[in-house]
Amino acid sequence: MSRARLFAPPALSLRFVAVWLRNWLVWRKLAIPSILGNLADPLIMLFGLGYGLGAVLGTIQGTTYFAFLAAGFVASATMYAATFESLFSAFSRMHVQKTWDAILNAPMTLEDVVAGEWAWAATKSLAAGICMLAVICAFGYSSVPLALAAVPVVLLTGLAFAALGLTINALATGYDFFSYYMTLVLTPMMMLSGVFFPIERLPGAVQAIAMALPLYHGVSIVRPLLSGQLSAAMLGHAAVLATYAIVGFYAAVVLTRRRLTR
Amino acid sequence: MSRPVLAAQGLRKSYAGLEVIGGVDLRVSQGECFGLLGPNGAGKTTILKLCLGLIDPDGGEIELLGEPVPRRAREARARVGVVPQFDNLDPDFSVAENLVVFGRYFGLGARDIEARIPKLLEYAGLEGRAAAKLHTLSGGMKRRLTLARALVNDPSLVFMDEPTTGLDPQARHLIWERLRRLTQEGKTLILTTHFMEEAERLCSRLVILDHGRIVAEGSPRALIAAHVEAQVVEVHGPEVQRWMENARRIAPRVERAGETVFCYADDVEPLIASLRGQSELLYLHRPANLEDVFLKLTGRDLRD
Repeated sequence: MSRARLFAPPALSLRFVAVWLRNWLVWRKLAIPSILGNLADPLIMLFGLGYGLGAVLGTIQGTTYFAFLAAGFVASATMYAATFESLFSAFSRMHVQKTWDAILNAPMTLEDVVAGEWAWAATKSLAAGICMLAVICAFGYSSVPLALAAVPVVLLTGLAFAALGLTINALATGYDFFSYYMTLVLTPMMMLSGVFFPIERLPGAVQAIAMALPLYHGVSIVRPLLSGQLSAAMLGHAAVLATYAIVGFYAAVVLTRRRLTR
Repeated sequence: MSRPVLAAQGLRKSYAGLEVIGGVDLRVSQGECFGLLGPNGAGKTTILKLCLGLIDPDGGEIELLGEPVPRRAREARARVGVVPQFDNLDPDFSVAENLVVFGRYFGLGARDIEARIPKLLEYAGLEGRAAAKLHTLSGGMKRRLTLARALVNDPSLVFMDEPTTGLDPQARHLIWERLRRLTQEGKTLILTTHFMEEAERLCSRLVILDHGRIVAEGSPRALIAAHVEAQVVEVHGPEVQRWMENARRIAPRVERAGETVFCYADDVEPLIASLRGQSELLYLHRPANLEDVFLKLTGRDLRD
């Protein structure tokens, strides 16, 4: 493949919806275990740490630790849901089951497939984020209108992490490859992005790293939003997430082309 | 001559400096069953991928159903069916769901596809199995479902990459019968195979590939007539070496592969006569077939 074709902008079409629908149909069959699996982990962490640590810490930034943590978990649960789908599930379809090969024999382009997987992983992460928002509302830590306002932020966060996941997927040699990304990238990101504690007291250099990470920007919009604060800074955070999403998707397309169409 | 269904000129493709396709020309007309034969690694699957626009050639021109490929490969593929070498059916779906989901990739609505499903299942010999889970199907059934899936868009051309590899004789014969039905309906088939029997039975015309180049082209019968003697005697047993020295004087071409001696001749009477009374030698007399042509042109050495 020539360099020009490799780096060409993605030729997008609405055909990607067929890929999304395929994944939706499979998911519908396994919906209950899938929802439980996606939610159990963040909910156990939230209740354990939120109430346990919360009892020791008291209030933080003028709110209970549970509410503080719950807002952070909206962003991190979204991140993990988008990541799992765009790494392990997408890799199964691309490499193990060869589902992508079958799709590419139809009048579908590689961009359609990557875009369909991107939209699908973002959809699943949206569902995970909405479930966390519902828990927060149910416990009275936010209101339904504010939680609804956070939904587009969840989607944007999901699109950013789904795009990053698909980029890693295009480079993967096997499932083991993903553990590097999970432990060396996502776990530190979770620690540095203000999910568990405010980052203001961290050294300046560490704060600078945190501000380069997409999760930090997701948390920085969701948390004030859920307590009813709006600020112009949110637009800046959203722009960073959008940049991650768009650049990440382009990188995923180019790397997938390099992997599959040689 | 009408416009070809597939026309490729001067196809070239290299991987990491290693040439896998070295200047291949193909021309396939409407209604033909065209075979791409070659040993493993000869470049058959690469040629199919090039023709479908799934990979870009390093050189050459491809026109598939009147569309330039890879530029308008999507438009061309809308009227093409593909049976891939390895099963890539969706294991999470039933038989019917596999067809519906695949049809959607062609922009077909669920209702359109569902209307076609009974005919496709009948074609695949899978009547009454619409709701069956994939893991309950045998290898032959999966292959037939893959074939039905390739027909979901009613294509005018079907590419098949080793359609019967790994199937038992019953399953293979059923696939052959179904493929003949397709050509009778006027569809064009392009298949790769290394089953010579399959190529001989199905293909109206074929090319033999070796090391990414076409080494022979024609109908199976014409290729046999052009490249090998009409009759073959295969001999094996102890002392076959000594008999072979003798056979070399009466047969125009004698080859040895392991413990078996292959004698090619138009008149094998002298050979048969020389075998009479040699009770320790076992022999088989048969007409020459495409496999003999294939082995003559591509050699008897293992390729992988």
